[in-house]
Order: sequence, then C-alpha cells, then structure tokens
Amino acid sequence: MSEPSPVAGVVDTAEAVRAGEQRAEDVVAQHVARAKARADLNALLHLDEERALSAARAVDERRARGEALGALAGVPVVLKDNLCLDGVPTTCASRILEGYRPPYNADCVERLIAEDAVIIAKANMDEFAMGSSNENSAFGPVKNPWDLTRAPGGSSGGSAAATAAGIGAVALGSDTGGSVRQPGAFCGVVAIKPTYGRLSRYGLIAFASSLDQVGTMTRDVRDGARVLRVLAGHDKRDATSAVEPVPDYEAACAAPVSGLRVGVLRAALDQVEDPDVRAAFSAAEQSLRDAGCDIVDIELPHAHHGVSVYYLVATAEASSNLARFDGMRFGLRVTGDDLLSTYERTRAQGFGPEVKRRIMLGTYALSSGYYDAFYIKAQKVRTLMVQDYQRAFERCDAVLSPTAPTPAFGLGEKTGDPLAMYLADIFTLPPSLAGLPAMHVPVGLGQASGLPVGVQVTTPAFTEVRMLQLAAALEARSGYVCAPPALFGGAG
Amino acid sequence: MARAYETVIGLEVHAQLKTATKLFCGCPTDYGAAPNTQVCPVCLGLPGALPVPNERAMELAAIAGLALGCDVRSESRFDRKNYFYPDLSKGYQISQFEHPLNLGGHLTFLVGDQEKTVGLTRIHVEEDAAKNLHGAGGGAATVVDFNRGGTPLIEIVSEPDLRSAVEAEAYLRKLRDVLMFLGVNDGNLEEGSFRCDANVSVRPVGQEEFGTRTEIKNINSFKFVRQAIDYEVSRQVGVLESGGRVVQETRGWNDVTGKTFSQRSKEDAHDYRYFPDPDLPPIVFGAERIEALRKAAPKLPEQLRAEWTSEWGLTPYDAEVLTGHPAIAAYFGEVAGALDAGGREPRAEAGKRAANFIQAEVLRDVKTSGLDATFSVPAADVAELLSRVQAGTLTGKQGKQVFSEMASSGEGAEAVIARLGVQAPISDTGALEGDIRAIIAANPAQHEQYKAGKTKVLGFFVGQVMRVTKGAADPATVNALLERLLQE
Ligand SMILES: [Zn+2]
Repeated sequence: MSEPSPVAGVVDTAEAVRAGEQRAEDVVAQHVARAKARADLNALLHLDEERALSAARAVDERRARGEALGALAGVPVVLKDNLCLDGVPTTCASRILEGYRPPYNADCVERLIAEDAVIIAKANMDEFAMGSSNENSAFGPVKNPWDLTRAPGGSSGGSAAATAAGIGAVALGSDTGGSVRQPGAFCGVVAIKPTYGRLSRYGLIAFASSLDQVGTMTRDVRDGARVLRVLAGHDKRDATSAVEPVPDYEAACAAPVSGLRVGVLRAALDQVEDPDVRAAFSAAEQSLRDAGCDIVDIELPHAHHGVSVYYLVATAEASSNLARFDGMRFGLRVTGDDLLSTYERTRAQGFGPEVKRRIMLGTYALSSGYYDAFYIKAQKVRTLMVQDYQRAFERCDAVLSPTAPTPAFGLGEKTGDPLAMYLADIFTLPPSLAGLPAMHVPVGLGQASGLPVGVQVTTPAFTEVRMLQLAAALEARSGYVCAPPALFGGAG
Repeated sequence: MARAYETVIGLEVHAQLKTATKLFCGCPTDYGAAPNTQVCPVCLGLPGALPVPNERAMELAAIAGLALGCDVRSESRFDRKNYFYPDLSKGYQISQFEHPLNLGGHLTFLVGDQEKTVGLTRIHVEEDAAKNLHGAGGGAATVVDFNRGGTPLIEIVSEPDLRSAVEAEAYLRKLRDVLMFLGVNDGNLEEGSFRCDANVSVRPVGQEEFGTRTEIKNINSFKFVRQAIDYEVSRQVGVLESGGRVVQETRGWNDVTGKTFSQRSKEDAHDYRYFPDPDLPPIVFGAERIEALRKAAPKLPEQLRAEWTSEWGLTPYDAEVLTGHPAIAAYFGEVAGALDAGGREPRAEAGKRAANFIQAEVLRDVKTSGLDATFSVPAADVAELLSRVQAGTLTGKQGKQVFSEMASSGEGAEAVIARLGVQAPISDTGALEGDIRAIIAANPAQHEQYKAGKTKVLGFFVGQVMRVTKGAADPATVNALLERLLQE
C-alpha cells in the first residue's frame, strides 16, 4: 500500500500540462483508453472521445501560442450524468431522459472548462440520484473496481468507480444524503460534499433541492481541494448559492491540525458492528490524537431521526422536482388516448421502481391532511438537528464519524429491502440535513474484507478549509493509496 | 320570485406586473412575439434550471400593496402549487400561498355617486402559465406557446364585500386605474394582462351565512364581468327557487351565448400539495426599502385631482379629464410644471393655461394602448410653445396655429414659427391706435351700445381688431386700448 498511485491526479496532471511536460491530448487519450478497457465496470454512460480529444488539443494549442493555462489544464473529468453538458446526452440514468441533450452547461461545467479541464465522459448513477448502491440505474449496475461482485455505492457510483479505476483525474458527483461520500467510502476515493450553497446547483438536475450539492471525487485530498476552489463561488443563476469568499483550499491541506478539537459520536459508534469500519475509525481517531488534536465526546440527540426526516423531506421535494418529466417538452413520451393517459404511460414506462416509490412517498407526505404530520414535522426535526450541530460545535471544531456502517456490500445483497438500503446513509444524512460540509477520507483497507474503509469529517458551514486540513492530516498518516487490485494487479 | 335575494361577490384579479423580464428568468415579457421565441431553460422548465426572483417584480407588487393599504410583509415566501398541465412547464406553478407579500388592504371607489370601500384579503405574486393553442394551424393537435409562461403576476383577492355586478365593475375599473397610475400594470384586458375570476353566491335577504358560491374563471372585459355575474345570480336564484341546491364548482363564461357553464366541480378539485419552494429563499423587504418605495411611488388619480384643483387652478371636470390615463396626467404634469417653473404667472394661471390648451388641442388625437399613449407633439415642445404665449411673443390663436403645424410636420415651435414667418403680436399702442379708431368710427351703433353700458360688445370690437390685424395684435393691448378709446 505504499507505492504511489499509478495514475496521475488533478494537481500533478495540471502542473505537467502547464509546464509543457505533458500534452493534454496524450493525457486524455490515456484516460479514454482506460475507460474503454474497463467497460466491464459499467461506470460510464457516455464516452465522448472525439469531443474530449479536440478539447484537449485546443488546450495544447493555447499553450503553444504562449497563453497561460488554467488551474485544471488538461485535467480529464468525468461528470455524473445528472450534470448538464451542452449538447451531450444527460439522462440521470433514467429511461425518461434517454436521448435528451441539454442546450446549456451546468455552472460547475462552465467553471471547469474555464480552467481548461477536459470533460471526457458522463458517469452512471442511481436513477435520478436515488439509491445507495448504483443498482437503480436504468442502464445496469456499476461494479466496484475493488471487487467486481460488490456495489460501488450510490448514487454517484459511476463517478466513484471511475475515479478508483483511474478513469479521469476527478469525477463530479452530487450528494443529497451521502451520494458522493458513501460511494467514496465503497470505492476508496476522497469525496467532498461542500456546504449547501457553496457551489451553484444551476444545471444539476434536481433530486431534493434543499439538500443537493455537487461534490468532488478524487484520489487524494489535495486534488479535491484544487477542484473545489474552481467550483466554489456565487452564481446569480442559483438563488440558494452563497455569497461567501472562496479561500485557498489547496493551501489548507498543508496546515497543521494540532490543537483542533475533534468531536466523536461515541454512542453512535457503539452501534457499528463491522470490525473493519470500527478499526478504521479507531485508527483515524488515534492518528488525529497523535497529530495533536483533542478528542472530545459529543452527542447529536436528534441524529437518529435522520433517516426518517430525510426520506420525508427529500421525497417530498423529489415528487415535485420530477413533475417536469411529463413527456411534453423533452425526453420520453408514450402517447396515450388522452392527456392523462399520456402522462401516466410516459411516467410509468420512464421511471424505475425506486423513483416511483419515492415520488409516491413524497406525494403522500405533501398531501392535504398529511402535510402537517409529515412534511412540517420533518422540517421541525430538521431544525432540531441543525441546532444539535450548533451546540456540538461549541465544544468541538469538527466531527469525526464513520462514513458508512459497512464496507462495500455485495451487488444484489440489499435490493430486496429498501429500508436496509436506506440505513447505509445513517452517518451521511445528518450533515446533509444540516447543510454542513462533510467529506470522506479513505484511511486504508479493512483486515476482514480487504476493501477500502475510511472516515467522515464534518465541520461548520463554510469551514471547508478546516475540513480539508483534517482530511489531509488523516490521509498523510494513513499511507493509503488508491490502487484497486482488480485494476492494477497485486494481492487482493 | 317569492323571496328577495342578496348577491355576494368576491373578485380575484390577475394583473401582469409591468416588468421588462419574466418573474424568474431574463426572458422578455413583450406581447405578440412569434411563439416560443421568448424562452430559456428556466421558463421552459428544463432539467437543472433554477428560478431567480425578479427584484423589480417584487418591488412593483410592494408598490401596489402600499397604495392599496396592505401590510407589506418584511418576509414573504414562494410556494409550489403542484399540478400537471401542458401549459405548466415544471409541473408546478411558483406562487405565494402561506406567506404572501401583501396582507389586508382596501379599495375605495364610486358606484354612481356613492362611495364604497371593499376589503382586500391579500395581494400575492406568482408566475403566469404558458398558452395552450388548440388546433393551431388547422391541425388537431394542441400546441403550447411558452412566451407567456413565467410572466410575473399579482393576484389581488378581495373580501366578499361586493353586492352587485355594477359594484363589481366599478371596483375593477378603479383597481385597473390605480394599478395603471402606479405603473404596475398596463391595464390591457384584450392582451390578458388584467383578468378576473368572480366568486358569486346569493342568499335570502337577512340571512347571515353565505350561500354556496361558484367561481367564474377568466373573464376578460368589464362588460362580460357584469353580464357573467348577472347571469350567474339569476341562475343561482332560479336553482334555489325551484327547490334545488347550488353546486360549488368552477364555471366558465361563454360570451357568445351569454351564459356561464360548469367546468369542474369541487369533487374534482386538485390537491395542489403546496409547500415552500426550496429553490427560493424568503423575499425580504426591510423597513428602509419599503419607505423608499413608498416615497418613489407615482401619485394616484385622486391625489393628482386634489392637488390640481387646489393648487393648479383646475376645475374638477378638467382634473377628471386629465387623469383619464396615466400618460395624459404625466403630459399635463410636465407642461404645467414647465410653465410654472418659468415664473411668469401664478401657478393657478399656468395650470389653467396648460389644462385648457391640452384639452382643446392635444387630446384631440391622442391614442392610448395599455400604459402607452402617442401624442402628436411631445409635452416638452408644447411647454416651450405655451411659454411663448405666456411671454406674449405669440398670441393664443397663433399658438394654436403653430401647434397644428408642429403636429403635422413634427417640427419644434421655433422651426415652425420661422418657416411660417409668424410675427410677434402687435403690442405697440401707436401702431394699433389708428386701426382701432377706424373700426370704432365704422361701427357707431355698437359704440353707442357700449357707452350705454352694454359692455359685452367689447368682444365684437376685439374680433374686428383681430380680423384687421390678422390675429397678430396682442389681445391684452387691444383690450386696454379699446376700453380707453370706446369711452371717448
Ligand atoms: Zn426564460
């Protein structure tokens, strides 16, 4: 586990291209070749080789003309398929959007391109970002590069698998209740969910608007920091995007962590049964202690309501957000005898079972007679959870927890039991509901499973700097390198 | 009919806010563009697009609220009203439900010569739907024009305080007037920028509780509102008198048959599943911003009329005519203001001068359409022209001639005067005295009458002098000279 990652990351690639040591076109060609070689992962829904190569050549030509290149020069990027890319199929892994090509770029896509990144592919995902295993894709499940019989996590499973397999230097995902962090944990990659409002949601196809944030997946923390700096900032096209200064996240990765107070949810930890997850957490806790952090026990008294609150709020918003997929203006249309039957047939054939389940749940939660008991009550508990964190952050600077209760589970293992699947998100939901920045940091491979394990770092709103600082310290002390054996050979 | 019934009416008016762009995107709101040319990902409800509130629309809605005595809330919110229809791009309409911008308020208006005040429940902001076109181009299909989709509206909801169709019409006319003077709405019923839904019920006179109401949707002329309510009242009375029950339902108005017809009963009513739109943070109006809007808000017709009759020398009739349209009122304001600023005569004289001239000359060929009006001569040019009359370098008659030439040629006063060679009025008593003496000598009978006390014949002599001098004599000089010479 001490050999360096065989595939260059964001910072190394960008610096090599900027310095003229490497051509963007060559970098992109290598990544495209790897993507093709690993079609078995089913991580990608659309690979646009020609477009990617010509974008890379344009970067090389600009350098040849003596122009200064951006912070992501020649960096190959994979986009989750719920991020709009002008003229390129964007499906949310749903039949209802099969063949749909948006006429505009998401804000984060514009920011990537402005810094000379090259988008190479669209990644598979759980349909409309609803799922924790990537088995809800209309275009088949994604396989975990560490073990092809296992799930990559979800909903950004394709993004996570691609990143772990060295396809792209960074993948963008979206995180509503853990959708970058949990697949990050399953695939052993760094996954950042920024503060709600830190990044623009413009062009991110909505699942649950009050929770959705674009997130990054990279093979190390510094790569994530660089991409985050490019993506962060106010966008006047998103009324919920924050007007907050964007600090130098990359510099934060080198800052010492001694003296920081790290909160630990001792009571919640006791309920984790998996020995690898427990061991990884203990190791992380010890390494922060060794780095000079103070470990304090904290409580989030309402955190155990996270799953209930999340599945009311998120499904309620989703039931409304997904109403626009009605077969009238874009995407699939299955014509019926009249307007109503056209709606019914289009949506019946266009949406998969999990999406339908959540639309039904959300419609119910908003219905007259149930609204107060479900939606309003859920919002009240959500407010209590926000207050829990406010109180906790009076005693600590960050919260350390596991990211997922288990390492990657097997494909098909939980598909019959939605509730068991929902519990895969118990640690990632509370920060999402509170709008806080949270990220997954891999710290090693589990002794029992041989699969990647890691921890989640959560900090107060708009303190990504501190979160990255702690994550970089954990990473440095773990010695973890993202090199799945199924990809690069070796013991596994 | 056996019993006497009382009519109870509440009105919901949808008025388009006069903004350049839509409520949640930058698309223009111009009427009449080719279908689906004023659209973008946001108003088409494309996946991933997000709404951003139009600040100007919120301000206009607050201005309306302030003028109508509403409580303008420091924090209001947008909700989603969820239902499926092809003219609704997102599958929900963004509207204000729980926390509207304006609460309460009232509108006072005249019904005949009786003043009536109607309470308002609320004024909230919402986006308009697109337009379904059935069988366009001769085909069987329904197509949708999204140009109108996302246009900002306010919905003004009245209390059930109206008691007749006549009152309802008077309320609507007054409301339209107020909104137009505020610059909030263009008052254009034909283009659908001012639309009305009427909630109508009847109850036996003396009964406390309201009868079952029906809602007549989307009536787009004052005449039809009156007709639809009258029809609906007699229909409901007929139902009750024949022992039936009025069904709570939504009804349409057919202006060809002159009847209302059933559209949707309460049983088919939607559950709109309102909830706060998570894409839109609360709209915040601080006390300072509200105060600034209050100060900057245009004056209402009754305020103008009060000022003009008390300070500017206008008769109530003049004031009424000149507040007939906001553009005309503004025109008068500009002309009178300029004349007053010249300081040549008291404000009341300047006001009267402007009012008389505008009513006699300018209003003849004014064309209004919505908030816009086309004048044959800009107000500034008329002000310039009248200031010459005021200064005595043009007679009133010359002023009218010059104006008529300005209107047809589009030239300014100075150019017309130069081209036509209009001479300044003769105010040289020496030059006029000879002419006047000759006229008096030629009309001894009238002269005798004058001397006998019939001073009205002065007008006859003035006319003679003007004829002889071809209107070029200064009237004040002529008057003074005549009065002196006729005494001789
Ligand atoms: Zn638009």
